[in-house]
Amino acid sequence: MGVMPIHTQGIQITPKVMNCIFTGVGDHVILKLYNIYEKRLCMRLVTRLHLNGNRTSKQKHDAPKTAGFMRYVKKHPVLYCLLIVPLLYLIVFKYVPMYGLIISFMDFNPVDGFLGSKWIGFENFARFFSSPVFNRLIVNTVGISVYQLLAGFPIPIILALSINETKQKWARKSAQMITYAPHFISTVVMVGILNQMLSPHNGVANKLVELLGFPAVNFMGKPEYFKSIFVWSGIWQNMGYSSIIYIAALTSIDPGIQEAAVVDGASKIKRIFYIDLPGIMPTAIILLIVNAGQIMNVGFEKAYLMQNPMNMRTSEIISTYVYQVGLRNGDFGYSTAVGLFNSIVNLVLMLTVNKIAGKTSETSLF
Amino acid sequence: MKYQIRQSKADTVFGVINAALLGFVILIVLYPLVFILSASFSDPVAVMSGRVWLWPISPTLKGYSAVFSNNSIVASYINSIIYTVAGTLVNVCVTIMAAYPLSRKELYGRNVFMFLFSFTMLFSGGMIPSYLLVRGLKLIDTRWALIIPVALGVWDLIITRTYLQSNIPQELYEAAEIDGAGDFRVLVQIVLPLSTPILAVITLFYAIRHWNSYFDALLYLKSMRLFPLQLTLRNILILNTVDLSMLTDVEEIAQRQGIAELLKYSLIVVASAPVLLIYPFVQKYFIKGIMIGSLKG
Repeated sequence: MGVMPIHTQGIQITPKVMNCIFTGVGDHVILKLYNIYEKRLCMRLVTRLHLNGNRTSKQKHDAPKTAGFMRYVKKHPVLYCLLIVPLLYLIVFKYVPMYGLIISFMDFNPVDGFLGSKWIGFENFARFFSSPVFNRLIVNTVGISVYQLLAGFPIPIILALSINETKQKWARKSAQMITYAPHFISTVVMVGILNQMLSPHNGVANKLVELLGFPAVNFMGKPEYFKSIFVWSGIWQNMGYSSIIYIAALTSIDPGIQEAAVVDGASKIKRIFYIDLPGIMPTAIILLIVNAGQIMNVGFEKAYLMQNPMNMRTSEIISTYVYQVGLRNGDFGYSTAVGLFNSIVNLVLMLTVNKIAGKTSETSLF
Repeated sequence: MKYQIRQSKADTVFGVINAALLGFVILIVLYPLVFILSASFSDPVAVMSGRVWLWPISPTLKGYSAVFSNNSIVASYINSIIYTVAGTLVNVCVTIMAAYPLSRKELYGRNVFMFLFSFTMLFSGGMIPSYLLVRGLKLIDTRWALIIPVALGVWDLIITRTYLQSNIPQELYEAAEIDGAGDFRVLVQIVLPLSTPILAVITLFYAIRHWNSYFDALLYLKSMRLFPLQLTLRNILILNTVDLSMLTDVEEIAQRQGIAELLKYSLIVVASAPVLLIYPFVQKYFIKGIMIGSLKG
């Protein structure tokens, strides 16, 4: 009967229930069930639906407006009870810290607490903007992100295309299994592996360097190598995992198009450029938006572990600075201000990129 | 009879190049993993002098015996198991408690609730306010600090809710209601059994996150006896604080240093083994999780 479910007083009458009514078993079942309908009302519903199948939204508002929120709670108390714990968690662990951001406008002193500390307006922010590390932090953070975006974006796509073009099933399966695996290695182990392999004393990388006749290099200690090591180890770890989504997009392309192209004599390269790439474009754009919105958001955990006194010049990013100043030096108000600045820039970037993408390509996140 | 279009020369060349490219990628991904594994089984002297590059040299289990005779490693391994099991249990329960009501059309105001949850993915209080909160709740240096503040992942909530909405038809709820089942019974007897795939997905996501995380422990824990494995790993692998005196059965200093180096490789293997061993068997669930997650996009 192709009709939408009707909502009446929070109860839905779908085609299935309607069928019951039509076949004759429905009336008393519904009456017994809901206890609030008169037979007349049910029948009226049936006829109305029959006459005007699409009046779904209108009917929703037929419910008396006087009874408020509590009426819904009474109807499905279990649903609301279940939601209490998650909501409590949400409020306490997500929204209370947001309220805690007010200390970025304070000369916060843990002893005096939120109420006793002195308000100082934007002084913390001003201090950060005029601090000598400001430029360096921004340059490092944005530099790493942009590098990561440029290098890390195309590689999973290439990998996905390559796996997709591999016709032997065993080869495809094992390629997927192997390339996904490093994703599950923890950050600590990842940096540990880097330390071991790049070690100037007995790391494999330096054995190779020495074999080629150069002196050993302390890769982890050189500021100029930090970005590359950070980005390329990330690509090593995540390219397989990021390719999953592209592989899925590729398999959802209609094979008929491919066949038609083959019949028309298109080469594999041509098919990649004119069928596969356009096919995964929407996915790619969404991921690009997500990544571009994260430009000020470099993974704290890895950067912090890769930091050492020798490479601080390039390895110090906003989030590690917040940790250092806030939790190590106890300058809570100031470091919260730095973190807040970072979050706001992130939010604005994300929304802007999303808007631009929505305007230009009609693909957007929200 | 099957007809096949003959491959052109260009396509054959392309196939060869493609296979070579993929082979190269696989080698690059595999090499570090094989190297670490080989080194962990090699002789300490060979590891120190850098002679190991692909296969183990004079294989021993010295590294592993050093790992398992180190008390702080074993203790933190047990801690990690506790955090992972307990934390994941809490995570899955809280996620269901949120996802089930939010997937029901009968929940009035669910869009408002959903917005409240989703918004925290875009904007958050950040590190310092969260730390002050955990400190205010007197959770610092307790096991709860690694469980309660991360009791719910919003992303996991979203994929669970998406799954429930698209896989459990409204008619089923109505049928259950007609049969006289309350919302809670519907959850336990109908929704949960029907959503085992998504439960597997989020359980795996959460468990791996617990197993691999170190930062919360770094922020919130002070006593060594509470440290999870990743934090002990950090101390040994990155800060290089191997307590040589713990390696009691070895006499000479050089030998000790060799063992300390070897221990790192063995430790990497021991720490990653649980995840990498179960991963091939649950791979399809991960892919499923990603696919559900991408539905929203």
